[in-house]
Amino acid sequence: MSVVEETFDVVVIGAGHAGCEAGLACARLGLETIVFTVSMDSVAFMPCNPHIGGSSKGHLVREIDALGGQMGINIDKTYLQSKMLNTSKGPAVHSLRAQADKVMYALEMRRTLAETDHLTLRQGEVTDLIIEDGRITGVKMFSGAIYHCKAAILCTGTYLKARCLYGNVIEHTGPNGLKSANYLTQSLIDHGVEMQRYKTGTPARIDRKSIDFSKMEPQYGDQRVVPFSFTTDPDSIQKEQVPCYLTYTNEETHDIIRAHLDESPIYAGIIEGTGPRYCPSIEDKVVKFSDKQRHQLFVEPESAFSDEMYISGMSSSMPEAVQYEMYHTVPGLENCKITRNAYAIEYDCIKANQLYPTLEFKNIHGLFSGGQFNGSSGYEEAACQGLIAGINAAMEVLGREQIVLDRSQAYIGVLIDDLVTKENREPYRMMTSRAEYRLLLRQDNADLRLSKIGHEVGLISDERYEKLLEKERMIEEEIQRVKTVNIGANEPVQKFLEAHNSIPLKKGMKLAELVRRPELNYQMLADIDPTRPELPEDVQEQVDINIKYEGYIERQIKQIADFKKLEDKKIPEGIDYDDVSSLRLEAQQKLKALRPISIGQASRISGVSPADISVLLVYLEQGKYLK
Amino acid sequence: MESDTIVAISTAMSNAGIGIVRVSGDEAIRITNSIFQGCDLEKAESHTIHYGHIVVGNETVDEVLVMLMRAPRTYTREDVVEINCHGGVYVLQKVMEAVLSAGARPAEPGEFTKRAFLNGRIDLSQAESVMDLISSTNEYARKSSISQLNGALSKEIKALREKVLYEIAYIESALDDPEHISLDGYPEHLKEVVEPVISDIQKLIDSADDGSLLKNGINTAIVGKPNAGKSSLLNALAKKERAIVTDIPGTTRDTLEEQILIHGIHLNIIDTAGIRETEDVVESIGVKKSFEMMEHADFIIYVVDSSTPLDENDFAIMERIKDEKAVILLNKTDLTSVVTEDMIREHSSHKILPISAKNLTGLDALEEEIKHLFFHGDLRMNDEVYITNERHKYALVSSKKSLELVLRSIEDDMPEDFYSIDLMDAYKSLGDIIGESVEDDLVEEIFSKFCMGK
Repeated sequence: MSVVEETFDVVVIGAGHAGCEAGLACARLGLETIVFTVSMDSVAFMPCNPHIGGSSKGHLVREIDALGGQMGINIDKTYLQSKMLNTSKGPAVHSLRAQADKVMYALEMRRTLAETDHLTLRQGEVTDLIIEDGRITGVKMFSGAIYHCKAAILCTGTYLKARCLYGNVIEHTGPNGLKSANYLTQSLIDHGVEMQRYKTGTPARIDRKSIDFSKMEPQYGDQRVVPFSFTTDPDSIQKEQVPCYLTYTNEETHDIIRAHLDESPIYAGIIEGTGPRYCPSIEDKVVKFSDKQRHQLFVEPESAFSDEMYISGMSSSMPEAVQYEMYHTVPGLENCKITRNAYAIEYDCIKANQLYPTLEFKNIHGLFSGGQFNGSSGYEEAACQGLIAGINAAMEVLGREQIVLDRSQAYIGVLIDDLVTKENREPYRMMTSRAEYRLLLRQDNADLRLSKIGHEVGLISDERYEKLLEKERMIEEEIQRVKTVNIGANEPVQKFLEAHNSIPLKKGMKLAELVRRPELNYQMLADIDPTRPELPEDVQEQVDINIKYEGYIERQIKQIADFKKLEDKKIPEGIDYDDVSSLRLEAQQKLKALRPISIGQASRISGVSPADISVLLVYLEQGKYLK
Repeated sequence: MESDTIVAISTAMSNAGIGIVRVSGDEAIRITNSIFQGCDLEKAESHTIHYGHIVVGNETVDEVLVMLMRAPRTYTREDVVEINCHGGVYVLQKVMEAVLSAGARPAEPGEFTKRAFLNGRIDLSQAESVMDLISSTNEYARKSSISQLNGALSKEIKALREKVLYEIAYIESALDDPEHISLDGYPEHLKEVVEPVISDIQKLIDSADDGSLLKNGINTAIVGKPNAGKSSLLNALAKKERAIVTDIPGTTRDTLEEQILIHGIHLNIIDTAGIRETEDVVESIGVKKSFEMMEHADFIIYVVDSSTPLDENDFAIMERIKDEKAVILLNKTDLTSVVTEDMIREHSSHKILPISAKNLTGLDALEEEIKHLFFHGDLRMNDEVYITNERHKYALVSSKKSLELVLRSIEDDMPEDFYSIDLMDAYKSLGDIIGESVEDDLVEEIFSKFCMGK
């Protein structure tokens, strides 16, 4: 029997948030790319929460955009409500979050894929990887078809051997009843890939018409919406926004949960996968934080095309009947009708320490992976890995050098480094506290940090890059001016200061000094700064932040310089750790298993001490590995 | 590649008159110059020697000769300054402290040699020994770290770290989930938490200054079977000599320790639990600890009760101390003895001295023996303890500085996320003291203490 046999440069397995970015990156770099999905109708599907961004995740979206990815543009086109979080705090933790219209989000992304040259979207289940001499050469489909390729990217999300559970009901499907992928795991294991099992969960969806919103507190978006994408004109996306609602669980809810705890598959021991602590089910919250009398819930719209509302804060795997009972105790949900049950989902994924920080498998040349398959969680975390895996697969096929973002360059760098270096025991979520250089890794300067790399890779146009250089120049010049301009202690100045509850000047002062006062900022000071040039808002923002927090920023720049020294010390691939006799045994084993690419990465492996690093430095210097 | 400036006392910490404090790095000359009176070292030629004084504030610490060597013709191929002091151990420490407070940091074990190697100063064939040196000195430092030698202090540091970590976790949870966790009124609360932590750290710094953070000196373990007279010996020595206050206020000690000065030699004497085969769980823990103490000790005083026959336990101890620096005391000479020197000599080659801890006889001979061992170089003060102590103090000072920055940020009305940056630095510095790195502590703390998420 003859089978379909085709040849592409790159095969992408999965069309979720990682797969879409991966596929788009490769195709945009001119490579013939095919993206497989188990269902053509579930491209860029959001199976859980209906929003993009949030604390630190908003940073990731900005970074994706700065590198030439799609997520930011897509949410700008399809948001229902948008809000900048943490605006009362420092600029490093400002974070954008937008409620997405799930239906539109998926459709818009699908259209983008459709309109991209060199990109083919194909329904079908990949069952086997074809690997020859340690290199990926193609994939085999359930139908028997074979697709030859030079590189492949695994973005299987939560679909591998997935099963959904609530109470004693087990459905052998992917999220939302979609077909799971049941064969690829075995092929991966056969090729020496180490797999593990994770779980996550989602709350029920409830019919808007059955909710009494008068018992809840409406939550509105920002007056003026800031776009995610640096390419989106803010004026073009202002629109009427849809509110979310705030309500709470109560003791009655908790009593019901406690009474039925043994019916939860997690507490009954049916679930084998490891779940994330940062998005605990309501059962977990009630058990772990038993002293809390109530838990906050956000009721979020899912789409303009449906009446479904997402009950954020109340994910569960309780039996259907118990779900009704517990949701009914919540103010406003007394008579609610569930449209989709809450459930827990289990799936296969890998231990990401089998990957280089480029997201290529250490043992399989040309095979890359991204997203929940790598043990992360969240749309944004998935998308950014998909983008990096896509870029590097393309670099590999094109014979160019792969890119690695380090911890001082981007949240993406922190995320990937954590995934591939540390021992993670639960789905990994981004958090601002994970980024040690976060004062410099702000969402407002993602373009300044990363678009140069995006341009070199080929995903950022010359035109966009020129604009960036111009922005850089304006910021630099204005900072210099603000540091040198003197403000005299004259009457208008004193009046201005008085009006802003700021101490009057005894004598003249540099403008920069005034910017640093907590009650003032660069933008306000325009009134007493007659020589100020007219500058775009984003430039003004950068000037303000850089001057206001200069002391802290300089400290972090110094720390980064130290960090880079170790990061730049590369460890040659063929190093034989058995030959480094002075290493402690534990360090030797860890290093052998993880094969870090740099001294910096080695130093972050748990069980490798500073003395081991010193020993390693001396060893490398010795040049013994060359023999 | 590493260019920050490091300092260490590079001669053995004996009570010999002359010692050298060595400084290496980009800032070595500038830092030394800032505490040196005699001439302007920054203008001095390379490879020259200068006479002058180390002066801190208005206090002259020592009369010194400073040898100045500019890169690259130096041991480390960096700028190196060697300060030749001649005021004994105490002055060496003061000079080193002066260099530290002028901006250097204490050298890591083997760091001068490591730098020499990395800067191409040492022949490649020596690499192996450099690596061994680093790992062995580091292993030694680990063994002599605070958590090994002073459980009480280690507990105190842990408690301080926990307080700091809790606050970081609180701030971070609020940043991560601003709609769940509020920071209203938080700065005032944080100030109330941080201020006492700062004063606790200051107390520890003070105790480092008076030498009781980690006791400099010869770590001496008194071992023997139960009722051999170990505690009586300790009391006898303490009564006869000047016992120095050893404890840190507010902490409890794990083992009984006294610091005693004998002929100008500091001995940190640790009284251990009696050693014998036992079924009793609690007692066997004590016995195990006694053996551990022996391992960490520089010098062992083995007390034998001459009024009861030698048994398996004595033989086990003698076997254990075979290769250690030790002296054997035949105690209870005031009673009828059944054990003779000859009986012990069959099993051990260590010096044997008859004493009576009860009647205070034989103690002079013991002191003479210790003096003899020390001045013949058989017994050396534990350099590493002193150096470790300096490193710990440096870490304490850093953590205090970081916490003071937190207070300043609160004062300056900085946004809350800035607090956690300095809190984290303080947390890290405190961790250096007890040899704990940060790893995933914060994320663990956030998830275990604060309920968040969808």
